[in-house]
Amino acid sequence: MSISALIVLIYVLVLASYLGFELISKVPPTLHTPLMSGSNAISGITIVGALIASNELGYSTLSKWLGLVALVLATINVVGGYVVTDRMLKMFKKK
Amino acid sequence: MTIGIEIAYLIASVLFIIGIKYLGKTKDARKGNVISAVGMVIAIAATLFTLEVLTLLEIGIAILVGSAIGLYYAQKVAMTKIPEMVALFNGFGGLASFAVALSDYYFKRDTDLASLDAINLTSIIVSVLIGAVTFTGSMVAYLKLDGKVSGQPITFKGQHLLNLLLLIAFVAASVLVFLDPSQVNYIIILIVISLLLGILTVIPIGGADMPVVISLLNSYSGMAACATGFILSNNVLIVAGSLVGASGIILTQIMCKAMNRSLVNVLLGGFGQTVAAGGADGPAVVVKEIGVEETAMLFDSASSVIVVPGYGMAVAQAQHVIRELMEQCEKRNINFRFAIHPVAGRMPGHMNVLLAEANISYDKLIEMDDINDDFSNTDLVFVVGANDVVNPAARTNPQSPIFGMPILNADKARTVIVSKRSMGKGYAGVENELFGYPNCLMLFGDAKQTITKVVSEMKDMA
Repeated sequence: MSISALIVLIYVLVLASYLGFELISKVPPTLHTPLMSGSNAISGITIVGALIASNELGYSTLSKWLGLVALVLATINVVGGYVVTDRMLKMFKKK
Repeated sequence: MTIGIEIAYLIASVLFIIGIKYLGKTKDARKGNVISAVGMVIAIAATLFTLEVLTLLEIGIAILVGSAIGLYYAQKVAMTKIPEMVALFNGFGGLASFAVALSDYYFKRDTDLASLDAINLTSIIVSVLIGAVTFTGSMVAYLKLDGKVSGQPITFKGQHLLNLLLLIAFVAASVLVFLDPSQVNYIIILIVISLLLGILTVIPIGGADMPVVISLLNSYSGMAACATGFILSNNVLIVAGSLVGASGIILTQIMCKAMNRSLVNVLLGGFGQTVAAGGADGPAVVVKEIGVEETAMLFDSASSVIVVPGYGMAVAQAQHVIRELMEQCEKRNINFRFAIHPVAGRMPGHMNVLLAEANISYDKLIEMDDINDDFSNTDLVFVVGANDVVNPAARTNPQSPIFGMPILNADKARTVIVSKRSMGKGYAGVENELFGYPNCLMLFGDAKQTITKVVSEMKDMA
């Protein structure tokens, strides 16, 4: 990877982190648990990396197996995270 | 084609951001979660398009297995067990990033050794470290929360020295990896050290500090995804990862502030131990008891009531009968609210979820800072399963281990009734001065049973 490509990635990191701090400090304490389970689901974005890693044909089986393990785990995070967050948010009602 | 995929990743990133923005308002939160999920589906679909030769069978099976496990767990889990689930999922996230980093290392080593340049190796090493620490750390946190391992802090002599030596060994092994990237043995050393570090950093932390730990591990799982983004030069991983990283850090700070502890202090661990040693002396508190009937009468004659719930309420499964109590009070036009301390429950915001599950409207759940001034003109405060968060010692006694912790001013109310199983100490192992106050009455017994009796007494009165 070239240095300039790295710098672009660091830009993205810094700006996204800043945006994250701004947005999340506005989430009310009432919603902190769904926020955590929801961000659990978002951290399942590793699924993208897992898909790429598990799609290697032939080369090294270890590499592929690691990718598939990652794929199962990341899918659990994504599906479980979003479903349980929805289950919780559904309960928050105002009468 | 590649441009299309980059745009899809961009859209996914924007949807994650909008999703989190919507999570800031209780009425829009559910929509926000759906928006974020749509972003995830777009990211996954775009990735599938990039794969030139699709090994669909294996991928399909892996996704199916993962979805089935995730779906089953998410639908079965009890709301009291959400902290355990979040801890476990943090660990899965960390392990997934760790596995992707390793997979990428093996792939490049076998196909194109030259592509393992300094930047790439650094990303892989960081990803392995954060991923493995998140994984084992989360597993220990899960076992502690679930009671499979004692919640007591586990400390031993030379613990900090051992951690330091492991860190030095990690740096040394990293240097060796840089010198000869083809040597798998060095990578294996890195893996073992990282896994050990995860265990060693969480075992000295006591059960009461678990809200801090799972928030921090939540942040780590995001950072792990971020590090993987650097390996794959993938922006959507970096954006999503840093959003989660930021979220975890903010929650960690909030939890530390609510317990008046610094993060370093929490991480060094051993909190419960020092307290247990110092808490034995001091005069025993003399308390006044109250029965079910008098409690019902006090509720009946009050015009304002604040309930202070703690995790003990959820353990006793008393939240549903408290809703009935609320209905009885509201029939009598009593102003009935809940005061929620930031560390009530086992994770940030946990108490709100438990009360929402019992069908209690969220506008009745008031945060500490918004309700603390109202206690002094409240007739009756009902403390259920909470202890340390109403202990006035935090304000008055500089010797107390919880001194300086922000608390709910329950003691300022005209009358305080504390529902408690017995005269045990709070989670932090500290004697509660409040119980000896002249305006404080103890309602002993299982919370669910006693409150059920109070409710039926009130029904008879009406």
